[in-house]
Amino acid sequence: MGRKLLTEHINVEGIDTLEVYRKHGGYRSVEKALKTMTPDEVVEEVKKSGLRGRGGAGFPTGMKWSFLAKPEGVPRYLVCNADESEPGTFKDRQLMSKLPHLLVEGMITSSYALGANTSYIYIRGELLYVLRILEKAIAEAYAAGFLGKNILGSGYDLDLHVHPGGGAYICGEETALLESLEGKRGNPRNKPPFPAVQGLYARPTVVNNVESIAAVPVIVNDGGEEYAKIGVGRSTGTKLFSACGHLNKPGIYEIELGLPVEEFIYSDEYCGGIWKGRELKAVVAGGSSVPILPKELILKTAAGEPRLMSYESLSDGGFVTGTMLGSGGFIAMDETTCIVRNTWSFSRFYHHESCGQCSPCREGTGWLEKVLHRLEHGHGHMEDIDLLVSVAKQIEGNTICPLGEAAAWPVAAAVRHFRDEFEWHVTHAKEAAQPGAVYQGKAVLA
Amino acid sequence: METTSVKPQFSEAAKAEIERICKQYPPERRKSALLPVLHIAQAEFGGWVSPEVQDLVAEVIGIRPIEVYEVSSFYTMFNLKPVGKHVLEICRTGPCMLRGSDELTAHLERITGAKVNGATSPDGLFTLKEVECLAACGFAPIVQVREKYYEQLDTPAAVDAMLTELRNQVHRPALPWEETGLPNVLANN
Repeated sequence: MGRKLLTEHINVEGIDTLEVYRKHGGYRSVEKALKTMTPDEVVEEVKKSGLRGRGGAGFPTGMKWSFLAKPEGVPRYLVCNADESEPGTFKDRQLMSKLPHLLVEGMITSSYALGANTSYIYIRGELLYVLRILEKAIAEAYAAGFLGKNILGSGYDLDLHVHPGGGAYICGEETALLESLEGKRGNPRNKPPFPAVQGLYARPTVVNNVESIAAVPVIVNDGGEEYAKIGVGRSTGTKLFSACGHLNKPGIYEIELGLPVEEFIYSDEYCGGIWKGRELKAVVAGGSSVPILPKELILKTAAGEPRLMSYESLSDGGFVTGTMLGSGGFIAMDETTCIVRNTWSFSRFYHHESCGQCSPCREGTGWLEKVLHRLEHGHGHMEDIDLLVSVAKQIEGNTICPLGEAAAWPVAAAVRHFRDEFEWHVTHAKEAAQPGAVYQGKAVLA
Repeated sequence: METTSVKPQFSEAAKAEIERICKQYPPERRKSALLPVLHIAQAEFGGWVSPEVQDLVAEVIGIRPIEVYEVSSFYTMFNLKPVGKHVLEICRTGPCMLRGSDELTAHLERITGAKVNGATSPDGLFTLKEVECLAACGFAPIVQVREKYYEQLDTPAAVDAMLTELRNQVHRPALPWEETGLPNVLANN
């Protein structure tokens, strides 16, 4: 059994109330930080912990915090990114709805470290019911003196608010999120200036994922060095993986980083194997935007080593034979999955969600969807396969925000590893267009 | 866009909630309240935001109407045309597709008689919409109806149970800013 740092008490009756949450050690980090530590000391602990951003980018959180500009007399903000919308990723929704006080506590301790006196949780609009749960927790925290003026007599003031989005994946990108929080369309901003210098209302701002902020209380309570002992190498601590697709036990699992992928998929403690006794075909390990890997490459690296659930091991081999940990959205596909159809579905998503600001993304995602649609529906040509790769290449690196890459990578990887399946869709167009038709050949190992 | 003839007005309870929300942002940044206020407006006025409703939103926040239009047309949650009593948002993205969202969509179209392109069933009860990722992939396939998620709709029995629950819902659930907490009859019912 791996240690559970965030979700240990997730199934305790009434843990969504302040009273029960406190009985299980809740809000200790607020008391410890505000009464015994300076803000810089809190930042230092987070640096020592090696915590990396859990939203997908994996950038060291403590380092991100230390970039925050701190001019005198100017407000600065902490904004929590709770706009989880990457297909395959559904960890933050569960964490917030079941353990709302964990996020509230993390927001208070983190805001103190950053010197923010007003903080926002930007939550995706579809989760209005979770917003109500969070607002209730915040009201309880105000009543108990953990929020508001002069918290615990420390002289530190903090107001915390929850803000709903309106249904737009792009608002998970930090600058689009800030635009949206300002009441505008979610168009990403050019960087620089980075949010750490000019963020919300052009003030210095830190944007962190829900899971990153939820890890801060643990780090403050136990110390950064203790946290860094868990995990493997530079992948420290625990991580929530949201497992879905053709698994016996889809759901959210907190694991110590470094668990073998094979154990995660097949052991009863985690996903319990592939449903209906079928064979695994492929996995998207970190949310829809990361490269898909065939079974052979997700279980073992190209060198034949067991693949581990860590930032380094998953990305071993770069994009040729590896992938990314991303947000931890783990999508398993069984042998009956049509890779072309699945890739088309992802492309449809990115085309739909492109904000339309940059031409390569606006037009390119549409091209990808259209070409994949015709391959899937029996009207494709052999040239289409190289056309997909070419369009993906022309999107990559040519857009303001990473949605372009998110749209391009899954397509490029699907063609790289399953090219024969794409070709079969051309040579056996009629057959392939039948509902449920699946190519029976093997994946191409790069 | 469709139009209505009477100028809409927010209820007193909604007005109070809107003022509470506006106070969450710096006084010169009331525009930040736009998305939350649009959610309130959509719930108050029959599940969609007409041009008149959007003008009202601009008025209460103190911004120009165009600033509301450009936002309401960007975000997919705001309905710019009238909808049925219940809007069923069916997730169709990859993980849901792997667990049968295509079959679910076909089944819902058959039962309700509505097409999934945003059309409303002949009895006015159900509007079907396909949406991208609802972030509940482990419980696929999923339908969202207002603030509620219906999960694991992979059997006809589960779908029927959802539709029966919705059909029997004479009143819509109370909204958080309604002081009385009593259910109100939907305006377009």
